[in-house]
Amino acid sequence: MKTNTIAAIATAVSNSGISIIRISGSKAIEIADNIFVSKRGKNKIADAKSHTILYGYIEEQGVTIDEVIVLIMRAPNSYTCEDVVEIHCHGGILVTKKILESLFKNGAIPAEPGEFTKRAFLNGRIDLSQAEAVMDLIKSKSEYALKSSINQLKGSVYTKISNLRREIIRDIAYIEAALDDPEHIDINGFGNDLYDKTKEYINQLEDLLKSASHGKYMKEGIQTVIVGKPNAGKSSLLNILVGHEKAIVTDIEGTTRDIIEETIQLDGVCLNIIDTAGIRNTENVVEKIGVEKAKSYVESADLVLFVMDASRQLDENDYEIIPLLKNKRSIILLNKIDLDSIMLSKSEIEKITEKDVIEISVKEERGVDLLKTYVKQLFFNGEIEFNDQIFITNERQKNAIRDSVESLKQVLVSIENQMPEDFYSIDLMNAYEKLGEITGESVGEDLVNTIFSEFCMGK
Amino acid sequence: MSYEYESYDVVIVGAGHAGCEAALACARMSLNTIMFTVSMDSVALMPCNPNIGGSSKGHLVREVDALGGEMGKVIDKAYIQSKMLNKSKGPAVHSLRAQADKQDYTNEMRRVLENTPNLTLKQAEVTKILAEDNTITGIETLSGAIYRCKAVVLCTGVYLRARCVYGEVSNHTGPNGLAAANHLSDSLKEIGIELYRFKTGTPARIDKRSIDFSVMAEQTGDEKVVPFSFTNKSEDIEKDQVSCWLTYTNEVTHTIIRENLDRSPLFSGYIEGTGPRYCPSIEDKVVRFSDKDRHQVFIEPEGNYTNEMYIGGMSSSLPEDVQYKMYRSVKGLENAKIVRNAYAIEYDCINPMQLKPTLEFKQIKGLFSAGQFNGSSGYEEAAAQGIIAGINAGLEILEKEQIVLDRSQAYIGVLIDDLVTKENYEPYRMMTSRAEYRLILRQDNADLRLSKIGYQVGLISQERYEQLVLKEQMIYAEIARLEETIVGATKEVQELLIKNNSTPINSGATLAELVKRPELNYDLLEPIDVKRKKLPKDVTEQVSINLKYDGYIKRQLRQVEQYKKLENKKIPENINYNDVNSLRIEARQKLTKIRPISVGQASRISGVSPADISVLLVYLEQNRRVKNCERNME
Repeated sequence: MKTNTIAAIATAVSNSGISIIRISGSKAIEIADNIFVSKRGKNKIADAKSHTILYGYIEEQGVTIDEVIVLIMRAPNSYTCEDVVEIHCHGGILVTKKILESLFKNGAIPAEPGEFTKRAFLNGRIDLSQAEAVMDLIKSKSEYALKSSINQLKGSVYTKISNLRREIIRDIAYIEAALDDPEHIDINGFGNDLYDKTKEYINQLEDLLKSASHGKYMKEGIQTVIVGKPNAGKSSLLNILVGHEKAIVTDIEGTTRDIIEETIQLDGVCLNIIDTAGIRNTENVVEKIGVEKAKSYVESADLVLFVMDASRQLDENDYEIIPLLKNKRSIILLNKIDLDSIMLSKSEIEKITEKDVIEISVKEERGVDLLKTYVKQLFFNGEIEFNDQIFITNERQKNAIRDSVESLKQVLVSIENQMPEDFYSIDLMNAYEKLGEITGESVGEDLVNTIFSEFCMGK
Repeated sequence: MSYEYESYDVVIVGAGHAGCEAALACARMSLNTIMFTVSMDSVALMPCNPNIGGSSKGHLVREVDALGGEMGKVIDKAYIQSKMLNKSKGPAVHSLRAQADKQDYTNEMRRVLENTPNLTLKQAEVTKILAEDNTITGIETLSGAIYRCKAVVLCTGVYLRARCVYGEVSNHTGPNGLAAANHLSDSLKEIGIELYRFKTGTPARIDKRSIDFSVMAEQTGDEKVVPFSFTNKSEDIEKDQVSCWLTYTNEVTHTIIRENLDRSPLFSGYIEGTGPRYCPSIEDKVVRFSDKDRHQVFIEPEGNYTNEMYIGGMSSSLPEDVQYKMYRSVKGLENAKIVRNAYAIEYDCINPMQLKPTLEFKQIKGLFSAGQFNGSSGYEEAAAQGIIAGINAGLEILEKEQIVLDRSQAYIGVLIDDLVTKENYEPYRMMTSRAEYRLILRQDNADLRLSKIGYQVGLISQERYEQLVLKEQMIYAEIARLEETIVGATKEVQELLIKNNSTPINSGATLAELVKRPELNYDLLEPIDVKRKKLPKDVTEQVSINLKYDGYIKRQLRQVEQYKKLENKKIPENINYNDVNSLRIEARQKLTKIRPISVGQASRISGVSPADISVLLVYLEQNRRVKNCERNME
């Protein structure tokens, strides 16, 4: 039987050493193959035997997200009795979520609460005696999910989505009222209006998706990389940041790679500092691991802190780093301003890098406070409201918005192709339903009620 | 004193649009059938609007016809104007509507009824439903005569404890002063049936000679008439058509209404029944849409041999003197002579959630019901339920599996599923927006969707069935041919494309690809389609629609596939939801009350969450396995 393919993080979501993402369903293998590249680029998951392991990378648009091993379990010999693929990656909340998101983009859908277990049971994998337990699990997990997703939705996002839904249902009601009572209500030409409106709906939803990354930063922290040439003061900076706040959350040495994550709190903003081995040992990142690797760190980071030595002229190391910062949120920290012989000026560097430059002295612990302000400016438009500004962070919610945007785009296509108006309302309705999944409202009699309350019709 | 009189297979109570279809279905299934009516004058009566069909209702009529029902055939004979609505829109919302000569409609239906073998008509008021051990045994009439039977179909329309009201006048009658049925409600309550009280209304009828049509806009019918029945061809039913007329209310009208609202029984609280929002009285419209400075008024003839004109859009229950003032304030009606006053009517009906999707009462075997009695409104909705209730009553007696049309099969399926699954507090009217799969539920393909079912139950003849199979084959063959036939970028092809504002092709293209272009269609491509054979119009219409809307139709079919998964998971009748501990309490109560037949139906009940559905699925699987184990042990 064909089933939807579901995916979810199977391990606790934390900065643990290893995380597992589980995919189950008839397209599990195909979807995993879309994002997996084996070590030598030759092996496809589709060709692998059941119960074997492949080693390689998860890539998205040519960029490596993580180095992983992949377990293949073919139906019916898996937990759910469906094709199952497990991706074991290197923990870290961000990387794990990124992989999951990439699976969703390739056609997997978020698993319902308890769904793996439910499937396992329905497919005969779990013993009958456990049926009660399975049902309880579904109940408790869905209650928890509902609670947490509603908690996340208070405030502006809820209002925004509710307003959008109200607008959309009115558009549908207008079309439907006219179809129902064509001699009464005329919708000729409505396509043009609707085209502009739909574009606006899409913009608003895409803005919400962008704000999803705000929420992500709030919840999961900003992935930060410190770069700079030897002796620029990288490790001292890290030590000050960590020392100041004394809030190291995790300090786990990755077992298979040379990355350490330090989590520090800056005024409630969480920076996950991806400390390349180089920084810790006060060795040169660029020298040690090569520009290529530094580049990949920079690429996967949300924020780059580039430490420059104000007492020395820019050299080739600096010039190799500067182009990497293009299109990256980055801050230049001009260190050692306490020294007498200053060779670099703030304005000069600003001109060269087109980035914000802060003058600091790590030695005297000067200027570091300013960093907080700049980070907030870069990531939260300067404002963080902890209690009322609540963002879209939940994967399910994001997925629903994406689906809704897809449906609205289909409306645009229908209008462009000059399809009759009744075709618009089909996809508008889909968008409306999807948004309802976010606010937890089902469709019910909404449409009929809107038609009757907004339009005077009938004999 | 009651006495045993006769025995039948099926008793139909009521001879309106639901009763007629139910009676004909049973009789045609060779069951001995009797149909009761409080008055022979109310057989197949159209007591309100003089038309059949319209948006989504037209779909219902075609579906009834595709199943082997009568309404489509009768209106094809009795129509005096015909119009396909929404012609400029997509094929899914094309809707046929015909103005009827009401008397002709009634006469024609009576002619059919009175000449159908196995069918008896009887004027008598049914006062009691007789049941033993929750199973139907018969009915009793006012005179005490007991008719034994195996099944009863209740189609009492608006006649149960009916009361007609305008102003301070209140008559305990059915529509048009016909006798009401005042006793049956008590008997229904006795056997545990929950009743609602609904109301509806009708506008005044005005003498044609008193109307000034010169100041109104004329509304004519279509030149090329599309028949309702798949058994008719356009040329068979063509005739001279009459016109309808359009005028408007104005501020004066609205002022008159506002000033007299206190005399309206609707606003004084004298009427307690719930009225439909989609068919509001003019008082309602003026109050609820106070920003509108005018409302449309359609003047429709009641028939060819009467001067009575129906004033569509102005139903009312205001007192007679106010009605005069109100109607006469409308342009063209200044000298109007009212033949029949507008009135509101209140009646008993049931909470349809007591029914299975087969339209049989859950608690009484052999008791079925259909039409306005089930809380719907409209002739077409009534007929649609009537034929299903009739078929299922018949199938039950014949000990065959009953039919349930689902939401992806027919508007009838949507109608019945909504009635039996969703809380409904007003007379229910069909709308195309209620059908989530309307791209496949088109009025043009009702025969392809349903006639096989009609054939299986014995309402569609062998001949008609064979024609249908042939039609189906021709459609598939022609679509396949167009998908395979490639035309090159020849001069002739390019010229045709340019002539029709279509982009010339670079290399070969299939004819199917060209049909899909918005600016082209099947007929336009004829000159470059050298191998095309002449096919019947209804075949090429299907070919065109299927190709043109291919992408949308396929998407909808995928949705249907998803929907069917849950729909096909049946719930055993004896399930005890209290055993399912993990269901939330609200869900448990709702499921216990409604007792859905499938997990799909359960998922549409308000208050049942997706998590409850997951729990239910696990529970059903658990039960299935327990049963398997027990079977293996035996």
